[in-house]
Amino acid sequence: MTTTGRRSDTKPARKLPWILEFYRSDVVKKWIMALSGIILLGYIAAHMLGNMKVYFGPEEINAYGEALRDLGGHLVPRTHLLWIMRIGLTIAFAIHIHAAYSLTRTNLQARGRVRYDVPREYLAANYASRTMRYSGVIVILFVVFHLADLTWGNANPDFMRGNPYANMIASFERVPVAIAYIVANLALGLHILHGVWSLFQSIGANNAVYNKWRRYLAWGFTAVIVLGNLSFPIAVQFGIIS
Amino acid sequence: MDLTLKVWRQDGPGEPGEFKEYEAKGISADSSFLEMLDFVNERLVEAGEEPIEFDHDCREGICGTCGVMINGHPHGDQKGTATCQLHMRKFNDGDRIVIEPWRATGMPVIRDLIVDRSPLDRIIEAGGYVSVNTGGTPDANLIPIPQMAAESSMDAASCIGCAACIAACPNSAGQLFTSAKLAHLNLLPQGQPERYERTVAMVDKMEEFFGSCTNHAECEEACPKSISIDNIAFMNRDYIAGKFKDRRKAGQS
Amino acid sequence: MTTLDAKVPEGPIQDKWTNHRFDIKLVNPANKRKYDVIIIGTGLAGASAAATMGELGYNVKVFTYHDSPRRAHSIAAQGGINAAKNYPNDGDSIYRLFYDTVKGGDYRSREANVYRLAEVSNEIIDQCTAQGVPFAREYSGLLDNRSFGGAQVSRTFYARGQTGQQLLLGAYQALARQVGLGNVTLFNRSEMLEVVLHEGRAVGVVVRDLVTGEITSHSAHAVVLATGGYSNVFFLSTNAMACNTTAIWRAYRKGALFSNPCFTQIHPTCIPVHDEFQSKLTLMSESLRNDGRIWVPVDPDETRAANDIPEEERDYYLERIYPSFGNLAPRDVASRAAMRMIDENKGVGPLKNGVYLDFADAIGRLGKDVIEARYGNLFEMYERITDEDPYEVPMRIYPAPHYTMGGLWVDYNLMTTVPGLYAIGEANFSDHGANRLGASALMQGLADGYFVLPYTIADYLADYLNVAPVPTDHEAFQATEEEVRSRIDKLLSINGSRTVDSFHRELGRIMIDECGLARTKSGLEKALRDIPALREEFWKDVKVTGTDDSYNSELAKAARVADFFELAELMCRDALEREESCGGHFRVEHQTEEGEAKRDDINQAHSSAWEWKGLSVPPEHHKEALDFEYVALAQRSYK
Repeated sequence: MTTTGRRSDTKPARKLPWILEFYRSDVVKKWIMALSGIILLGYIAAHMLGNMKVYFGPEEINAYGEALRDLGGHLVPRTHLLWIMRIGLTIAFAIHIHAAYSLTRTNLQARGRVRYDVPREYLAANYASRTMRYSGVIVILFVVFHLADLTWGNANPDFMRGNPYANMIASFERVPVAIAYIVANLALGLHILHGVWSLFQSIGANNAVYNKWRRYLAWGFTAVIVLGNLSFPIAVQFGIIS
Repeated sequence: MDLTLKVWRQDGPGEPGEFKEYEAKGISADSSFLEMLDFVNERLVEAGEEPIEFDHDCREGICGTCGVMINGHPHGDQKGTATCQLHMRKFNDGDRIVIEPWRATGMPVIRDLIVDRSPLDRIIEAGGYVSVNTGGTPDANLIPIPQMAAESSMDAASCIGCAACIAACPNSAGQLFTSAKLAHLNLLPQGQPERYERTVAMVDKMEEFFGSCTNHAECEEACPKSISIDNIAFMNRDYIAGKFKDRRKAGQS
Repeated sequence: MTTLDAKVPEGPIQDKWTNHRFDIKLVNPANKRKYDVIIIGTGLAGASAAATMGELGYNVKVFTYHDSPRRAHSIAAQGGINAAKNYPNDGDSIYRLFYDTVKGGDYRSREANVYRLAEVSNEIIDQCTAQGVPFAREYSGLLDNRSFGGAQVSRTFYARGQTGQQLLLGAYQALARQVGLGNVTLFNRSEMLEVVLHEGRAVGVVVRDLVTGEITSHSAHAVVLATGGYSNVFFLSTNAMACNTTAIWRAYRKGALFSNPCFTQIHPTCIPVHDEFQSKLTLMSESLRNDGRIWVPVDPDETRAANDIPEEERDYYLERIYPSFGNLAPRDVASRAAMRMIDENKGVGPLKNGVYLDFADAIGRLGKDVIEARYGNLFEMYERITDEDPYEVPMRIYPAPHYTMGGLWVDYNLMTTVPGLYAIGEANFSDHGANRLGASALMQGLADGYFVLPYTIADYLADYLNVAPVPTDHEAFQATEEEVRSRIDKLLSINGSRTVDSFHRELGRIMIDECGLARTKSGLEKALRDIPALREEFWKDVKVTGTDDSYNSELAKAARVADFFELAELMCRDALEREESCGGHFRVEHQTEEGEAKRDDINQAHSSAWEWKGLSVPPEHHKEALDFEYVALAQRSYK
């Protein structure tokens, strides 16, 4: 009655602190990916909506940037709340990436070295679900560039602190940047298309009553985000905003 | 019909294996897939060669013993069908069929197309039961169960433990098997007292052998009993809840 | 000379089991852990016994040749399990279940055993429900019942068409729990090849690991065989491919008596044979006869498709001949009626070897959805195999070997004539007489495993308190291991020209022709000449490839078929000796004018029990007289 084929990362004899023990589980990692995913999705939606202000002119969007720094008004010191949100977002992002990385390793190991001879013809898994790790990497790389370009300014020669409107136009006027932005947002769309549907599964918020609506929700949400985001470089390129 | 088979041959656990080609001539379209293999094997034995070893038993699609990868599909590409219930009329004369064993670190090959699925037993031993001893149980009708709930439980309980879900999964995850057993018991009143202990214990055991779920749903597609991945969501929720539950309060309703 | 003492307790039949449980010896809880018990097989009987004895505290070792205990062939049982709950309030009672079972068995079973079976049937349903077996339910949330052959009440509990699966999973889960707790040690892919005797008692077994080929001995205070039936002697049967007689046959050769081997059940509703490459037959549950109507065309030369044959040209022969039971006539009766129709050349299908089982009326009355909910998985299985849609065209069915009522002779405690050796479930002969009623096999397997054996075994074990099991390096074990090794070496060294399957197929043809649905004196005598000749050819000309130190299914199969030859001979001998027709045993010489079975209660009211005397020596025939105190012997009528 021997049982072979154990994964090599089985639990250590020494008991870890509860939180680490908790995080060891693959199911928990997926749950955490879903929760951090929800935070990131919320951010993506807010970010896209806020940026819509560019269509109302420089004053609107610059005021929006100012309002973000002034979040909390008289209740908290200036930019503190923004920083708390930024840190929270960074943690969510980091955990999302770490969980994804560690699950990928686990899965490669669980799958083993010998693969099927016949290339798999996937029946249920769609392109989005199978390319999560690649679309994810593209998004990470893009986010780094995007921050350097429009937040820190070191990737944008014409960067002016406090003038998001001008920075955005300066950035999207460069064709390679506009293309990179479009590609990255398509990857993001692919990523959240599976993510929005899948997160219900991972947190177990699954219900026969509304199950089929999850697909519609995923498609609807993705469409809004992607179309919204893609409109910015296109509008700049075509001179609709300048 | 005449066919060409490309079959994985491996002498024993941990030994190197290779594909070999065999001609299968004069196969009846009414034969089952396994009867086709029987036929090929009988010719091999007559020729003094060792037959292709494969696991099989009831040949009615219920025992879960059989199961091979046929042209890249677990149990072949007919939906909701175990290998033994797949019939040769689904193939065409002259077809080339690639037959491989299930592949996963958790299920190493024993010989040819036979793999070691004992991790599935270990998962059940970890908690896939109601801890009731023989005798002294209440009258069966003292536990009314809503008809729908009994049916859902039965849907999950019809899992035959063939491991096609694991074979189909790009991550070699054991989620569909484990969650089906959990749903079978956790959906019933009898399963409630141990619901969270059971879920945590079985999931932890599962994770010693298999990968994680990335919600591809390939398992559901491969399952000869068409068991739904909704069970996996249910398992995820119970696992997280099980981690936070104050079990001293489990007696409250 | 072995004597048969059934050890049936005294007293009125209602009190026998209660009194017996009081009278037999017990092993106190603290002492149970001092006993080792070996259980062979993990079907309903084996798994339930192993789980229960593990719970009680015994050290249990359980062996299965499958990769997992859950794969035993009990899993394929479809229709249901009987119990005398009387939930539908249709007049059922323990006594009626007892009565129906004795009558259904054509008065060839032991009354006291059958009564006990009926008595514990209700506890089985309670037990299984508590384990989480998802039995079918009414909208009230209470349990649903359906009818089975040979009964005029609805007493069959079911879980879709997968009752055996769900009950086995219940027992398997209980067993898995004990394995997890360390009370039971599980040996999978391990086949028992010999039982070991010392001083006349069973003290252990010799087992072969199917993966490594290693042969090992295991010792214990008692050995329990729960290894199922031997229908595969017919080659084509509804049994799983690996089902075999080896365990009980080896026990028989070691001195356990084999009872009523000729009592085999040919199940009326199987999918007909379609071609010669077929490896097995598939059962369509008897429950289908609740809603399906069986018919054949009136005209033997009928060529139209089933749906084109008008109502008045159809012969619903079961409804015509047996109006009160109709399509739910017991299995032996329904099988013979089908055989008569096909003999009259009224068979249907390309090979004219089936009869129709038609759901058109039921679909018209209840709607397709209801029929799908009740039998969906069976209809799907039928469609997969035949490529015909039973919602549109009638199913074609034909009788096929399914169950064996015969088995090792056991007393009331389920012990064979070898002390310390027990047989439970289909492996014994005890409860079904000459014919088993539908949904009674699951009941018996679980009754033996959960509620009978775990108590009665204590009566034997109590005498061996603080007696260590015979060590496996003892000469008795070494000698038996040597026997097993030489048998395996012999099989591998013949290197003849014919495959194991070709021998098995030929044996099966002899058996189905001469010892199947209808048996004649001359046919049986012919079989008794042909079988030994075939067996000798097997031992000279079989070809077994491969080696004995790796997974070798040909070798395992060869060893099983070798035992089938010897069993087949005993079956024919038993059938020849039993000069009557009863239940599944139909001797053409003994029939009524209407072609029904004709029993001989004056000369044949006994269970035959055969004692092995050697390969070339005829076995000794013992008889256990059957007394019917409670159920009056009567010509069985289902008209």
